[in-house]
Amino acid sequence: MTPVIDIRDVWKTYDLGETKVHALRGVSLQIMPNEYVAIMGPSGSGKSTLMNMLGCLDTPTSGHYEFKGQNVADMSDNELARVRNKELGFVFQSFNLLARSTTLRNVELPLVYAGLDPEERRERAMKACEQVGLGNRWKHRPNELSGGQRQRVAIARALVNDPSLILADEPTGNLDSKTGQEIMALLEELHMKGNTIVLVTHEDDIAAHAHRKIRLFDGQVVEDSITDRGMQHKSR
Amino acid sequence: MKHTFRELLRFRYELYESLRIAVEQVLQHKTRAALTALGVMIGVLAVSLMGTAVAGIDKGFNDSLAMFGKDVFYVGRWPWGNVGDEWRTYRMRPQFRFDDAVRVNEIISQTPNSLLELAVSRDERHRRVRFGNNSVEGVQIVGTSHTYPQVSPAEMKEGRFFSEHEDVSGIRVVVLGHDIADVLFPGVSPIGKSVIIRNQPFEVVGVFARQGEFLGLFSLDEMVAVPQKASPSARWDRRDVQIMIKMREGANKNLAMQEIEGAIRRVRGLMPEFPNDFEINRTELIEAELGPVKKGVTMAGIFITGLSLFVGAIGIMNITFVAVRERTKEIGTRRAIGAPRRAILTQFLVEAVFICLIGGAVGLVFTFIIQEMFKNIMPAFPLVFSWDLLFIAVMASVITGILSGFAPAWTAARLDPAEALRHD
Ligand SMILES: Nc1ncnc2c1ncn2[C@@H]1O[C@H](COP(=O)(O)OP(=O)(O)OP(=O)(O)O)[C@@H](O)[C@H]1O
Ligand SMILES: [Mg+2]
Repeated sequence: MTPVIDIRDVWKTYDLGETKVHALRGVSLQIMPNEYVAIMGPSGSGKSTLMNMLGCLDTPTSGHYEFKGQNVADMSDNELARVRNKELGFVFQSFNLLARSTTLRNVELPLVYAGLDPEERRERAMKACEQVGLGNRWKHRPNELSGGQRQRVAIARALVNDPSLILADEPTGNLDSKTGQEIMALLEELHMKGNTIVLVTHEDDIAAHAHRKIRLFDGQVVEDSITDRGMQHKSR
Repeated sequence: MKHTFRELLRFRYELYESLRIAVEQVLQHKTRAALTALGVMIGVLAVSLMGTAVAGIDKGFNDSLAMFGKDVFYVGRWPWGNVGDEWRTYRMRPQFRFDDAVRVNEIISQTPNSLLELAVSRDERHRRVRFGNNSVEGVQIVGTSHTYPQVSPAEMKEGRFFSEHEDVSGIRVVVLGHDIADVLFPGVSPIGKSVIIRNQPFEVVGVFARQGEFLGLFSLDEMVAVPQKASPSARWDRRDVQIMIKMREGANKNLAMQEIEGAIRRVRGLMPEFPNDFEINRTELIEAELGPVKKGVTMAGIFITGLSLFVGAIGIMNITFVAVRERTKEIGTRRAIGAPRRAILTQFLVEAVFICLIGGAVGLVFTFIIQEMFKNIMPAFPLVFSWDLLFIAVMASVITGILSGFAPAWTAARLDPAEALRHD
């Protein structure tokens, strides 16, 4: 089976003139379809940098990246945009919703860039809203929603294009623990339905939801293990 | 083929989305948008007012040219237009007389295949015209012959022009200009009444139809016409006249002028070695006089338009740069969601153009308001609205928007998505 993600010896170096910051130093990683991966590590260890890389938002300084068997370095900017649009779904810590737009329009947005006609957009966006339990909130604007609801909108937006991979950078970081658990339950549901999920978190009890745990330290992978949940899942 | 169609469709959705965002942004930052649109508004106002003025001058001018009569040449001592330092020369020239017109008509009738039709002499005085207690000072009294209507487009409102009999016999009859009739005979018909010119009664036989005026110039509504022989001063045959000569319809103007030149030289008895001591005036000459006025209005309009559009463009560029900075995170999010660079470029260009279009639209509205006010203040000035103006205004707005929005929109499109997302 082709891995969704296959990166080998990836470096990312920020050149700040006098100093060079090595955000990633030779990271190699394969993620197979329907994996549920948590990336952990202290602040500044390179988690977000890695996520941006995986999400085709950033290019490695050196190293090799294949997304679903395709070399990312060969892709043009338009092709990258297309991959992000069709294959990837992003969930951010601060939700990143369009403040003036309704739930429905926020969720529809990826489909606009996909070139779907308005009717199909609406239909699929409503379905995604229902999937995250926002079926009755599609007319609301972000400022009329709670933090947890906002993150649900963001997840619906990430889902709507039926992506191969969902990338969530600290999705519970701005939420209280109860709401955080609700969001995690939702992600788990998505994983059960067959989605591949990569999640960044600081918190152990959040990471415990995943099946595989990767720990970064100073730009390097220092741990890559199966979680208890993953063990249970395997033995079943 | 199918692929391009899909791309087009996709671009249409992006465009529509951009427009929606643009509307939202303007609604959210109303004051900002209004201030930014001001420059474009003034620009469009300037360009459309200029256009209206120039078109108005043209129309008014053509209308008033019609008053001089189509295909009519005015022969006299003086050239039309600016005489300058040469006026002494013209003053020294021998005058034209009533008889000269008669001679010209003889020559025309003797010339086989003449390009000319008719010569009519015309003198003018300024006198007071009175009826009862009503009077008008300094009325232009035109002494002419009964053939005058053939060289002048003036139509009759009521009554008739004076007859050949009245002309030849010098009977004191008068045809009143429209405004004169209005002042002297408010609400009653003047036909058959007698007005007093220089202590002599003239019976009104007709009233000219209203001709209108152009900037208060050339109004034929304030003249009266009388038989030359009945002119209210002594020695009607000793006065300096102009000779109006009408050419045949469709004749070549230059050839007709040559014939006139020959005829007048014969009448004047000029030896071949002497230069012309007269002028053949045509309406084109007035047109040439008006050229600089039109040019001035156009230049002023273009200058103001250019300046305000330039200032407007800088403002819009600035505000769009601010918008790009404020919404960097949004740009990053859109890129993460799958917006190609083109979509980001389009979005900010559309926003800039949209603000410009608002400015343009408001500018047009103000144009109409000002025009309406102008109509009330100066009803005589012919204002002309043309659809070209709308087109020019829209084009000016769109082009300003694209030019001023391009640099910031390009910056936005080139932003690194990961960097943009880190922004807060
Ligand atoms: N654009 C950049 N320019 C310079 N340095 C950068 C840039 N982006 C990241 N870095 C540096 O790279 C390192 C890794 O950053 P990254 O954001 O990936 O950390 P992180 O693990 O996500 O941390 P956090 O848990 O605080 O989000 C940090 O030292 C950071 O300062
Ligand atoms: Mg981070």
